[in-house]
Amino acid sequence: MSVGEAQAFSLRGQGGKQNLYEKTFVVLLLVAVLIGVASLITLLIDVLRVGAPRLSVDFLTSLPSRFAARAGAQPALWGTLWVISVCTLFSVPVGMGAAIYLEEFARKGRLATLIELNIANLAAVPSIIYGLLGLAVFVRFFAMGRSVLAGGLTLGLLVLPVIVLSGREALRAVPSSIRDGALALGATRWQTVSRQVFPAALPGFLTGIILALSRAIGETAPLITMGALTYVTFVPNSLLDRFTVLPIQIFNWTSRPQSAFAETAAAGIVVLLAVLLAMNAVAILIRSRYQRKP
Amino acid sequence: MVLMACGLISVLTTLGIVLALISETLSFFREVSPLEYFTGREWAPTFGRNASFGVLPLISGTLKVTAIAVMFSVPLGLATAIYLSEYAPGRVRGFLKPFLEVLAGIPTVVLGFFALNFVTKNLLEPAIPQVERFNVLSAGLVVGLMIIPTIASLSEDALRAVPGSLREGAYALGATRRIAALKVIVPAALSGIAASVILGMSRAVGETMIVAIAGGNQPSMSFNPLKGSQTMTAYIVQVSLGDTATGEIAYQTIFAVGTTLFVLTLILNLISIRIVRRFRETYE
Amino acid sequence: MSKVMKRSSEITLDIKPVPTGGTPDDRPESEPIFRVRDLGVRYGGLLAVRGVTADISRNQITAIIGPSGCGKSTLIRCFNRLNDLIPAASIEGQVLYHGVDLYGPAVDPVEVRRHIGMVFQKPNPFPKSIYENIAFGLRVNGMTDDIDARVEHALQGAALWDEVKGKLKSNALSLSGGQQQRLCIARALAVEPDVILMDEPASALDPVATSRIEDLMESLKEDYTILIVTHNMQQAARVSDMTAFLTVEVSDDGHRTGVLVEFAPTTELFTNPRDPRTEAYITGRFG
Repeated sequence: MSVGEAQAFSLRGQGGKQNLYEKTFVVLLLVAVLIGVASLITLLIDVLRVGAPRLSVDFLTSLPSRFAARAGAQPALWGTLWVISVCTLFSVPVGMGAAIYLEEFARKGRLATLIELNIANLAAVPSIIYGLLGLAVFVRFFAMGRSVLAGGLTLGLLVLPVIVLSGREALRAVPSSIRDGALALGATRWQTVSRQVFPAALPGFLTGIILALSRAIGETAPLITMGALTYVTFVPNSLLDRFTVLPIQIFNWTSRPQSAFAETAAAGIVVLLAVLLAMNAVAILIRSRYQRKP
Repeated sequence: MVLMACGLISVLTTLGIVLALISETLSFFREVSPLEYFTGREWAPTFGRNASFGVLPLISGTLKVTAIAVMFSVPLGLATAIYLSEYAPGRVRGFLKPFLEVLAGIPTVVLGFFALNFVTKNLLEPAIPQVERFNVLSAGLVVGLMIIPTIASLSEDALRAVPGSLREGAYALGATRRIAALKVIVPAALSGIAASVILGMSRAVGETMIVAIAGGNQPSMSFNPLKGSQTMTAYIVQVSLGDTATGEIAYQTIFAVGTTLFVLTLILNLISIRIVRRFRETYE
Repeated sequence: MSKVMKRSSEITLDIKPVPTGGTPDDRPESEPIFRVRDLGVRYGGLLAVRGVTADISRNQITAIIGPSGCGKSTLIRCFNRLNDLIPAASIEGQVLYHGVDLYGPAVDPVEVRRHIGMVFQKPNPFPKSIYENIAFGLRVNGMTDDIDARVEHALQGAALWDEVKGKLKSNALSLSGGQQQRLCIARALAVEPDVILMDEPASALDPVATSRIEDLMESLKEDYTILIVTHNMQQAARVSDMTAFLTVEVSDDGHRTGVLVEFAPTTELFTNPRDPRTEAYITGRFG
């Protein structure tokens, strides 16, 4: 091919139509992404717009009432505190124990596989089923009644798989050189784990626990099913008291037809989201500050 | 060992769930014939003498909401996944992924509020006069919104798992990014994408608060999305809100419906796992 | 003046400083298909390859050899603009293909790849049927008239037709490694490229499969121009007409850059290398 021919040869491509297809495709993808993003933003703005004016110290300290303007979230907030405390006291030790067992001590056998399988399955069970479990087992069989204790344990079982799974990841991220080093110095398995591995995995554990608990705080269905109340005018005083939690209070207000209650519900939502935001921020802080790079 | 006991609690939990569900369901089936339960088209368990116990309307409600949710979320979720995996520059990813995580973390009661007070009130009612206050469309759309992060993240993982050598092979033949994405990468990742959709379906089936708030409390076999239709989960909530004494038929119904729900999600989860396992060797 | 190359340390060489790159012939029919001028590649600002100048002739097999890390793959990927896929990569210098600057502003990389095909180190057939693997490239390039015939033609060109003609619909991944690589070659041939780039095409294959690929290359060069990267010197000596030797230069701060040391007809480079670094490499003293 002579030089003259070479000039006629171009690599311009098919231009036009091809480019149109390419560009249209990307635009379609972006539109799809934007619909999702816009929906979330709309939700947040709407909730803030409706709820923020209703927020006040009164709101946080008053009892619920038939009158929307006077309704407050105090019992719900205390109820949440009580229930989450029970949930934490139960699920954190058990979850960490199970994670440590599976990662550090269990021999690859049928028992370990059975436990792993169960945890994987339980993570995918709808939360309302846990409510039925709590109702049958804690409320009735163990006769705890529809109490804070029963509610906390129900939620504890719900978040247990999450804590175990994230705990295992945290343990896996600890380099094996640490384990080997400790064992080489003559430490027992238990000493290695308790004094070296576990402290190293602690930030990861904490992050996972905080995220699991933030999920528990937002749960409504299992607690309604096991008998939490939706209209409560007292603050729990003991583990066996009946209770309500913030998401259920929000549900109650949302279900009322008077539009003024929609504002109250939105205010409750703002409080709930603020709590979740704070918890997630703490988790992210821990993760970035203390997480070791594998 | 203490630690092993901790692990066994999970096994006990599963056992507990199964036992609780089965025992009450068996009691239920002593009162009501399984045939009526599974084939009856009327659900009115509290009508005393005239009670009917056909669960099909509840299943219909669940399936209608799930269908709308899937139709809404799969295109959006998959498109988001393709964009994230094949097109998005680093900074956009760093912005989008947290967005998805935030959406995934919104409590469902908040989404229910959004469905009733924004989607139905501000979007649907002005646009479609015949829409009912509580309707399947609104609930379905917001449930779909809820599962977009599930489908997007898992599909994106599947797309990114396709080896770079396949991408390069496609590009080296003169394929454009669109053609490589649609004709080579998505087909290669299909099993992971399918699994994510089924997992999303499973979550939609088990979803409670959005449908309880916005989907209505009237069981209905109608296919009209503008009407309300009580789902299995919404029914359980409805009964739980009233104080039901043990032994009464209503108490047993929530367990029967709960078992049906449990079996349905179990089947979906197993299918999802199966699909992933079967096609994992696709490009090894 | 010819010297017999002895694979020992007591070799004597007549070392004359010689400009790198060279046009083997000045006959008009063998006007170079690629003219590379001072080509360099940067990853994130740091030079991975620099100052490559050479003319590649058509219908020949040109081998690129050198120790690992000298940028051979990076270099060959410049020819079909596959480095475009790496966001941090940037190109300096010029690559003229049939007189057109490959990196010119009006050039569409997708179009470039329709003329310049590539076969990779690890066979990468699509997880589809054998037929569909080849049909994909045809459809992408709009060559949809009589796909069946084109598929058969491509498979024959890659010396694979007889082995697979009865199972075109079966999954490509069920083929052996060597067969998969020949399928990838067939896939590249089907779109009727001008040039075929091969990045260590046989390094993942056993010796039998390797020799089949080498035979294939010999037969292909009649119709195509082939550029091959290989870390196997004997392979380069066996199949190529021209050989380019790259090596690594380490800068003061430890940064490694690939440079073209010598580019000559294969027999000349292997029997009478002009640069001591070339000689050291081919006698096995390093790399």
